[in-house]
Amino acid sequence: MEHEKFFIKQISVFSENRPGRLAAIAKAMEDEGINIFAFSIAEADGFGVVRALVNHPDKAYRKLTGLGFVVSFTDVIGVKMRDEPGGLYEVARILGEAGINIEYSYAYSGKEAAVLILRVDNIRSAIEKILAHGGSLMEAAAFR
Amino acid sequence: MYWDSKIETMGGEDLKRLQYRLLKTLVYRLYSFSAFYHRRMEEARVHPDDLKTLSDVTKLPFMFKRDLRDNYPDKLFMATQEELVRYHVSSGTTGKPTVVGYTANDLEEWTVSLARALTSCGLGTKDVIQVSYGYGLFTGGLGLHYGAERIGATVIPTSVGGTERQIELMQDLGATAICCTPSYLLHMGEAAEKMGVSIKKDTKLKVGILGAEPWTAEMRARIQDWLGIKAFDIYGTSELSGPLFTECTEQNGIHIWGDFAYTEIVDPKTGEQVGDGEKGELTMTILKKEALPIVRYRIGDITEMAKGACACGRTHPRITRITGRVDDMLIIRGINVFPSQIEHTLLGIPEVGQHFQIVVDRKHELDTLLVRVEVKPEAFSDKITDLMKLKEMVAHRLGAALSVNADVELAEPGSLPRFEGKAKRVIDRRKM
Repeated sequence: MEHEKFFIKQISVFSENRPGRLAAIAKAMEDEGINIFAFSIAEADGFGVVRALVNHPDKAYRKLTGLGFVVSFTDVIGVKMRDEPGGLYEVARILGEAGINIEYSYAYSGKEAAVLILRVDNIRSAIEKILAHGGSLMEAAAFR
Repeated sequence: MYWDSKIETMGGEDLKRLQYRLLKTLVYRLYSFSAFYHRRMEEARVHPDDLKTLSDVTKLPFMFKRDLRDNYPDKLFMATQEELVRYHVSSGTTGKPTVVGYTANDLEEWTVSLARALTSCGLGTKDVIQVSYGYGLFTGGLGLHYGAERIGATVIPTSVGGTERQIELMQDLGATAICCTPSYLLHMGEAAEKMGVSIKKDTKLKVGILGAEPWTAEMRARIQDWLGIKAFDIYGTSELSGPLFTECTEQNGIHIWGDFAYTEIVDPKTGEQVGDGEKGELTMTILKKEALPIVRYRIGDITEMAKGACACGRTHPRITRITGRVDDMLIIRGINVFPSQIEHTLLGIPEVGQHFQIVVDRKHELDTLLVRVEVKPEAFSDKITDLMKLKEMVAHRLGAALSVNADVELAEPGSLPRFEGKAKRVIDRRKM
């Protein structure tokens, strides 16, 4: 199976937790004409990590590192959920029963479905299990 | 009350003669038996015979903290291991600490110096003295412990920390005096009030022997007024043995026992002696030290010689309150911290960059140390838990190197200030 076609390239940006940092990141995206599909902020003591799915990850990476940001790519998966009660449970149950740990996750409600973005400890196994249980995954191509 | 009235009140000229005799004995011994001092004196083209009067001390070369560092751990010692009875260890300027060794006589001299000092603060056999300086490698706890026992006082060796227990013991055992940093005493005062205890009304405390960190006359007034005690300034550094000298009940300068130490105040730039009442760098020669001789040691503290005689009758010279440092040394919760130690520690952690910033503050009367470091791009993980682990690892390494807890803040690369020339990496927000 071609797992890679489900690997979505997320950009993660290290940011100090102070006013104006998110604006600086968002401005850089606007300047480059980059569209943000999904986005989350994880905050800790004094700093945070901004995670985003964008249409031109490489361009975003170059722009942000050029501005001095620390940026990395992470492979995540996007699971389509039924946009109704029980949709999240279905996905979480499959992963839980398969012993796959969710490291972090965030969701967005897209045009065609609600999508759960996941970073898991075993991405290949997660893809197999979700597909085997009749789940459906976003292909990376959808984010270009 | 004097501990040793004969010595403490001896005439000025007699004291100078005694100092000259002790200095000459010391220098002959060093020239003959210490390779380090012999070489230093040769380089300075000075021979012990050149010491014709006490003021010829200026012919002798200075000694600096770097001399102790370069000779780590014991190369300057003039006593064998059999003769040594104790070590104390303090912070160095970089990775290596400073080690001080003591012979039995060194400990005796140290104890006697403090016995005189504590007596001059009005303390004696009727007192219960709580020693809340750290016991261990730091000199504060053990030094005052033996000094207090020597005058026949009863010691409560609480060491640092466990503030609520300290307050309970202070009340239950009827402590009349406490030895600690002035900020810790203020912290205790706050903690006591939270427990419903007023140090002024509910305890027998009447004296504080406070030091190991800079404080001001305003802080003294606040402590005395709020806690209802007399607060005395104490001075000493580990290189000199430890805490050694205090003010007397006149609270008019710290008496430096002249038979123990020869004191000079010098211009930090030129090394020339300055006059009485002029500020400069405190420089000391410990006249009777055996294991680790200290000659014209540039301590780095800024002070001045007090003018005139003290009303207490003691004839020995006095220095005024320490007002600052000639270098960038910080004192955090009584512990000496050099920015260079922090730099040295960070250099050993590849995940963070070489740039850093130090923020010192005081919260609830306790010093806080925050070190801001930049995360290297290679070390960045988009998992918060990994970044938290990195932060904790840096804090742990700093804590181990500095002997004082440090908080760490992760900053974006390039976000901390860069310096051309002299770096200003320390932001000290403490209001003394």
